[in-house]
Amino acid sequence: MNLRRDVFQAIADPTRRAILLLLATQSMTAGAIAANFDTARPTVSKHLQILTACELLEQEQQGREVYYHLNAAKMKEIADFIEPFRKVWDDRFNKLEQVMKSYKAKK
Amino acid sequence: MDQKTKITAENGKQEIVITRIFDLPVDLLFKAYTEPELVEQWMGNKVLMLACKAHGSYQFETRDEHGNVLFRANGVIHNFVPNHSVTRTFEMENTPFPVQLEFLDFEQLSEETSKLTMQMVFKSVADRDNMLKLPFAQGINMAHNRLQKLISKLKQQ
Repeated sequence: MNLRRDVFQAIADPTRRAILLLLATQSMTAGAIAANFDTARPTVSKHLQILTACELLEQEQQGREVYYHLNAAKMKEIADFIEPFRKVWDDRFNKLEQVMKSYKAKK
Repeated sequence: MDQKTKITAENGKQEIVITRIFDLPVDLLFKAYTEPELVEQWMGNKVLMLACKAHGSYQFETRDEHGNVLFRANGVIHNFVPNHSVTRTFEMENTPFPVQLEFLDFEQLSEETSKLTMQMVFKSVADRDNMLKLPFAQGINMAHNRLQKLISKLKQQ
């Protein structure tokens, strides 16, 4: 259960989703991935570390270079899609609660 | 930690059940669904029409800063019992999603807390699954748009 939550936290970040999209069709080195972003290289490394830690990415040593590729099995785990859907409704209902609390306070 | 908003979507069934506990008395929760200016605040859409009664109807829309319609949805209200329940349809205009049927049940838990149970019934299991996937797909789309912007920026350099 915790692991599942980690996966969804990982994909909640737009940069990390962009990294997953980049790697959808090819394996890439950390340097090649970082070249696609404005963010500092260490920030991209941190994102790669998180994606690797929750097993969405796998590392593969090729000579002196480390290549990152998608872990298809783990990506499939996200495929039940329910958590992003729940998040949308949770945000919406949090807003409702907040709006009605200030409406009540004003009265 | 227990989640305040829960989703039930059993495999192979063409429905989604959403439940939510609110720190609000049930009449305030119900009001959030019936007053156009309140609906606009929490839904983030403009309310074009909202007639809360049996055989009433509603229409919501969202436009971008240039006035283009980004989202428009409408439905009819079949049953309307204040502070208790609403039965209505919901349809997003100009999308492949067919109309869905929604049963909203409002329940008082205590003086200051209430519970909403929203059962959505879809035309088919596939339509139900598409609706579940929508936020995830939009997330990927946003990432994709961001990537497109980055790529065009790189090309200009």
